[in-house]
Amino acid sequence: MEKEALHDLSQVIPGDRMFLDLAERYCYSYDASFGEFLPEVVIQPKNAEEISEVVKLANIHKIPVYPRGSGTSLSGGPLPVKGGMVLDMTLLRDKLIIDRENMLAIVSPGVITANIHKKAEEAGLFYPPDPSSSNVATIGGNLLENSSGPKGLKYGTTKEYVIGLEVVTPTGEIIRTGGKTVKNVTGYDLTRLIVGSEGTLGIVTEAIIRLIPKPQAKQTFVAHFNHLIDSGHAITSILSSGILPSALELMDNACIRAVESYRPSGLPLQAEAILIIEIDGHPLAIEEEIIKCADLCRAKGASYVKIAETEEERQTIWSARKLVSPAITQMGPTKISEDATVPRSQIPAMMERLNRIREKYGLNLVVFGHAGDGNLHPNIITDKRNITEMKKVELAVSEIFEAAIELGGTLSGEHGIGTLKSPYMEMELGITGVNMMKKIKEAWDPNNILNPGKIFPDKGQTRVVLVT
Amino acid sequence: MNETNAAVQNLYSDAYDWTNQCVKCGYCLPACPTYESMGVESASPRGRINLVKMAAEGKIDFQKDLSEPIDLCLGCRACETACPVGVPYGHILEAAKEAIENSAPTNQKTKMTKIKKLALVHLFPYPKRMNRIGSAVFLYQKTGLSKLIRTSNVLHKVSPALGHLEQALPAIESSSKRIRTGTIIPAKGETKLRVAFFAGCIMDSMMSRINRLTIELLTLVGCEVILPENQNCCGALHSHQGETIQAQALAKRNILAFMEADADVIVNNAGGCGASLLEYGHLLADDHEWAGTAREFSKKSKDISQILYQLGPLPYTEEWQGIVSYQDSCHLRNVQKVQKEPRLLLQSIPGISYVEMEGFDRCCASGGIYNLLHFDESMKILDEKMKNLKETKATTVVTVNPGCQMQMSIGIQREGATNQMKSMHLVEILAKACGLD
Repeated sequence: MEKEALHDLSQVIPGDRMFLDLAERYCYSYDASFGEFLPEVVIQPKNAEEISEVVKLANIHKIPVYPRGSGTSLSGGPLPVKGGMVLDMTLLRDKLIIDRENMLAIVSPGVITANIHKKAEEAGLFYPPDPSSSNVATIGGNLLENSSGPKGLKYGTTKEYVIGLEVVTPTGEIIRTGGKTVKNVTGYDLTRLIVGSEGTLGIVTEAIIRLIPKPQAKQTFVAHFNHLIDSGHAITSILSSGILPSALELMDNACIRAVESYRPSGLPLQAEAILIIEIDGHPLAIEEEIIKCADLCRAKGASYVKIAETEEERQTIWSARKLVSPAITQMGPTKISEDATVPRSQIPAMMERLNRIREKYGLNLVVFGHAGDGNLHPNIITDKRNITEMKKVELAVSEIFEAAIELGGTLSGEHGIGTLKSPYMEMELGITGVNMMKKIKEAWDPNNILNPGKIFPDKGQTRVVLVT
Repeated sequence: MNETNAAVQNLYSDAYDWTNQCVKCGYCLPACPTYESMGVESASPRGRINLVKMAAEGKIDFQKDLSEPIDLCLGCRACETACPVGVPYGHILEAAKEAIENSAPTNQKTKMTKIKKLALVHLFPYPKRMNRIGSAVFLYQKTGLSKLIRTSNVLHKVSPALGHLEQALPAIESSSKRIRTGTIIPAKGETKLRVAFFAGCIMDSMMSRINRLTIELLTLVGCEVILPENQNCCGALHSHQGETIQAQALAKRNILAFMEADADVIVNNAGGCGASLLEYGHLLADDHEWAGTAREFSKKSKDISQILYQLGPLPYTEEWQGIVSYQDSCHLRNVQKVQKEPRLLLQSIPGISYVEMEGFDRCCASGGIYNLLHFDESMKILDEKMKNLKETKATTVVTVNPGCQMQMSIGIQREGATNQMKSMHLVEILAKACGLD
């Protein structure tokens, strides 16, 4: 980076919030995906005005700007793939206002999502999006990646809750979109365009999010299936019965085995799938609904069904699901976590396709995920130092994306496109579809300053490259 | 091969695989007190692990890039408890410290601060020297010299860290009351367990009263207590400062001393020492001659709260007035995984009101000698802790580690609350409730 650019930046940001030393730059070179790119400078802004000034300078000096929350992204969202500067947004955390009367929260982007959950609950309210990283992740990162988690089935994703934003545009202006009203049809819906834009269209500096009444109670049960296909039918019959669970999670046999060998907890090794189903709502209603769901599972061939009777039993059921990630990382140091999503009816077919991919390439491929909304997480566990295997992984990942699209699904349910999936965008959206998106990007960000290298593939990039 | 390359090689073979276990999920971030107080990724466990990895790959310099982020770590190991994939952060930290220490050019080795060098090399390993210091401090306190020094504030002018520490020192018992090593103290009543007591270095010299009360409590619940001769400092501070060879030598001397005693259990009353004893198996894992015995030793090592709880209830004779809160020792909580026993013991004291403080699992930033080496950073974290402690309205804060106990005393002084609150070791409050003094 030119001396002049650095000098200009140092006029806006004091030295104790601007890092040029190698150690600190390496500390912002990664996220929870497995890419690694060294930024030239790391800046910790404190407010929208500073960000606006920095972005204006970036446009003058043509420096890429990469906003970053807590760096929990699984798709490479905040990675500084073209160098330039990382904007660490974690110091913008001064505002977390719960407006009970209007059922809203007004938040700074660096606020940890779990703190919003906590504050909302204290007011008897509920902010449903609950990515598994919610104790760490910032709401700003969640918004830009449109995160969700297990509750997406009943409550939808982050974008369903964001109604207003303050944003620094890619050219450095500060704008407001939406507002405090739940209904708002004035002009284009820029709020929805920015949410999920993966930081390519703006840097969120404040958000207004909707809250809903907190469900009064919840109940949970687990069902084991000897045949995967039966679990698929159980899912569809529950969803068509008029009951909408708040979570419907699936673990395949490879997951079950991994968890059992990591921390033996009596999971059925012969089962091809485990479903965990949670229902929330009025205590009397869920009492009836949980029994009906359990009966549906039995009718579809579940070999074992257990409704949790105490909070402790509920925790035990969930602990199997929560152990999946630690368990599978025991199989190797590199974890490629995908989130290909298919229409619910296609879950059994997608599982079958994934099975075939696993056998074809002989990879450690396990599947778990939010089956209720078709959002599966095929995870390939490998070691990036093993080049031969990584080449196979590249092919397998391509096939996973193809399978999801062929079955009428999408490349990403909740992790975002980031760096890994950009070559496949055309496969899902077509050339014209991608071009429409590119035109929006070019109009908003004429100098391609904001988070370049994400969503859209580089020229000639047609498939994923994990090792070079 | 020059020294730096050798250090890279060593770090690569010692720690690289461990750093690769990290999936960079960031779940450790909210658990880390220095990430919270400093707000930069290099002060987080994920950042530090990645920097160790970069150093092992030869991408960054040990002295220029790695040493400060590593040095600023408290070593509380709360990140290990938070980590979903079980990255052995403590091992990575120690490997890094050793590599940093060994990569320093010879002429820079004196960089090790004077306090550190004095304490680690010439003091802690020598029980006699420690006792002499203990006696000196006893004299210093008894003759009124300490009052003079305190009113003149001279130490604070020399070093705020030392000044605070001086004031936090407990009242030291005369050496005539100290129970000598080599002694066997019979159980009161039926002998249920034969325990060998690990006296520690600071505990033995500065807090010999707590050691004496520990032994009395043990005999009260039916333990025959042996004080093996030739025991010495556990070596924790040495490991934490990258002085692995010295830590190993100290460990071997302790193993010899204690295995000879042939007790059922090896008991200690300091969270940090206990963690170190528990990790002798790891410390000597590559030493074929010692590895097996070291593992056996570690298996026998227990915290005082575990034994008192196991053999309890204690024969209380006095009621306790007032609210009590408990500050976890990081090494007891995160390494030894002992969390419930101290709490259950406290709650079993007649008349006590026990109140849990917000952030009880957060390090108090004593961190061995962290509060001496990084005074300002340490005080920032401590002041946050004191806010939470005040919320509980406690009149007593209980700890299970000498460092934590002194740090909490410093916190109380900083709040100007010495008249309303005191910091006590778990053993002291239990002994008081049992009518011992």
